[in-house]
Amino acid sequence: MTALSADILGVAIWGPGLEGWAASAPILAGTQPYAFRASPPPAPAVLAATERRRAGPVVRLALAVAQEATAASALPPESLPSVFASGHGDAVVVGSILEALAAAGQQPRAVSPTQFHNSVHNAAAGYWSIGTGNPHPATCLGLGDDSYAAGLLKALAEVTTTNRPLLLCVYDHPLPPPLDACRPTLAPFAAGLVLAPPGFGAGTALARLHLHWQPETPATLPSPRTPGLAALVAGNACARALPLLEALARHEAELPALPYLEGSLALRLSW
Amino acid sequence: MQPLHISAATAVSALGVGAAAQARALRQGQGGLTPNNYEPAVGGFIGRVPGLEQAPLPAAFAQFDCRNNRLALLALTADGFTQAVAAAAARHGAHRVAVVLGTSTSGVTAAEDAYAARDANGALPPSFDYAHTQDLASLGNFTRQWLGLRGPLFMVSTACASSARACMDAAQLIEAGLCDAAVVGGADSLCRMTLQGFAALELIAATPCRPGAADRAGISIGEASGFALLERATGPIPGQGFALLGAGASSDGYHMSSPHPEGAGAVAAMRQALASASLAPEAIDWVHLHGTGTRANDAMEDQAVLAVCGPATPCSSTKGYTGHTLGACGILGLVMARDCVAQGFIPASLGLTAADPSFRSNTLTTTRTAPMRHVLANAFGFGGTNCSLVLGPLP
Repeated sequence: MTALSADILGVAIWGPGLEGWAASAPILAGTQPYAFRASPPPAPAVLAATERRRAGPVVRLALAVAQEATAASALPPESLPSVFASGHGDAVVVGSILEALAAAGQQPRAVSPTQFHNSVHNAAAGYWSIGTGNPHPATCLGLGDDSYAAGLLKALAEVTTTNRPLLLCVYDHPLPPPLDACRPTLAPFAAGLVLAPPGFGAGTALARLHLHWQPETPATLPSPRTPGLAALVAGNACARALPLLEALARHEAELPALPYLEGSLALRLSW
Repeated sequence: MQPLHISAATAVSALGVGAAAQARALRQGQGGLTPNNYEPAVGGFIGRVPGLEQAPLPAAFAQFDCRNNRLALLALTADGFTQAVAAAAARHGAHRVAVVLGTSTSGVTAAEDAYAARDANGALPPSFDYAHTQDLASLGNFTRQWLGLRGPLFMVSTACASSARACMDAAQLIEAGLCDAAVVGGADSLCRMTLQGFAALELIAATPCRPGAADRAGISIGEASGFALLERATGPIPGQGFALLGAGASSDGYHMSSPHPEGAGAVAAMRQALASASLAPEAIDWVHLHGTGTRANDAMEDQAVLAVCGPATPCSSTKGYTGHTLGACGILGLVMARDCVAQGFIPASLGLTAADPSFRSNTLTTTRTAPMRHVLANAFGFGGTNCSLVLGPLP
């Protein structure tokens, strides 16, 4: 099967007790203990005041890692196409629209216009492009528990065919009640990677990521090595990115296969 | 990009079931919009596909049952599409055929119904199956299982550009070597969220939408599904094979629900699509406009088309026939382009007697019968997302 490779030029993380790469790398490397705590993402500095007011917690989560990953890559954020992937998208907004529709019955003007345009799955990508003045394509994927795997596969396919770097941003936020009962989600989690064609960074790459799709080889949920993070991997589908982030923090090559459809994505880092 | 042969295609909209019904209505100038009886409080007109309420999915797929997947199944079972995909799976191997589909709202009607049926504690009814209906993955998993495919699966959701962007993302998968063929397309079905949402933005026209008219006053919402089978063009194709020749995308970076006033993002997407098809603007015979009928979209798109193609290239919108089918409009445009090229006609924007006098591109008011080869098809969406496809005969 086809193997795809890309250099990792920047990495970012936001999750419970994982507040950015600089603070999280020692935890993921096993040199500092992990402690679960609520970690509300910061207001996105890239957004102007009007957009910042309109952006809810899901957009803030996505933009936190988009901003950190691009800053770490030293590439201008407005220069990168992007792949956004999320299983739930902005379920906080969709849930509030569903509440409003149920409450309004057959009344006109049941829904807030701002909520409506924020409900699209590409809302986070839209705010990112507005905030950074980014004119490049952004595709937005969702595939339930396989959303991170789909985003990673798509990002490597795009880097390979376009031969240019891009931003990969994966995020999932808990759904509001009563939808939360359908997809229990432990806590918000997001990860960001700036990926580039092998050799693009001329020595600035953190590591090279190799991906190989194995359609007939199933994989189990990857187990993180950091004590205390297994619940997060089980409780937020995008936290399946944690084993890759741990391997980056530990400068290791091997990491577990990632479930994707009936098969898996074999992943490896080279240094 | 390498041209990708469109070896099968199908569509369903208010114009009827199957690709032929779409082209026939366009040729005869017969639209499918009717007064809004889905969410009457919103008013206006809709492009509704009849009979979906009485067409549940077969028992083996019952967990996927929702309006959006019913609409998808109507298309999958039309035009011999399921059989064509089975033949492709036999040629390439089921794991070498990807599924890349777009939708904006997936099966959200199932959630709307569930919210209305909550118990005294506010819990959703146990019959509500989020993962198989409302979740974006629903349409993709249903389609892939229906077709018995084992290749990569992506669900794309870039608002009204979803199914157009799915074509572009599938082309990249094929080019990257992850598959040899891909089922592309998507579905978006009528739902209260979209109708009420566009009403809140004051973008629903009281009359059937009239894209390109000076007095245009907004959109009519429709529902549609469509699929196409893209394959690497290897060896001779019987007949003159029709193909996806190029694709381009961009972001406005301007506003969440209003397009960039000069159409900067639209220009970039169209130019990128032409470059990827290695075609000059003069090679385009028809620009299938996004053409929603809002004041802002149509004015922006006129400037963008003028900038890219100049004042002579015929352009028109088909949303007066079908309504704005949201995330499905890209694949519907692909199917229409194939059949308009095959039959040699360019449909006029429905009900348009004169284009907005401020427009400078060549908006058609009468259907033109003429041989044509290349179509540039636009799809733009909320979040400032733009995608353009170039379609035409295999070179």
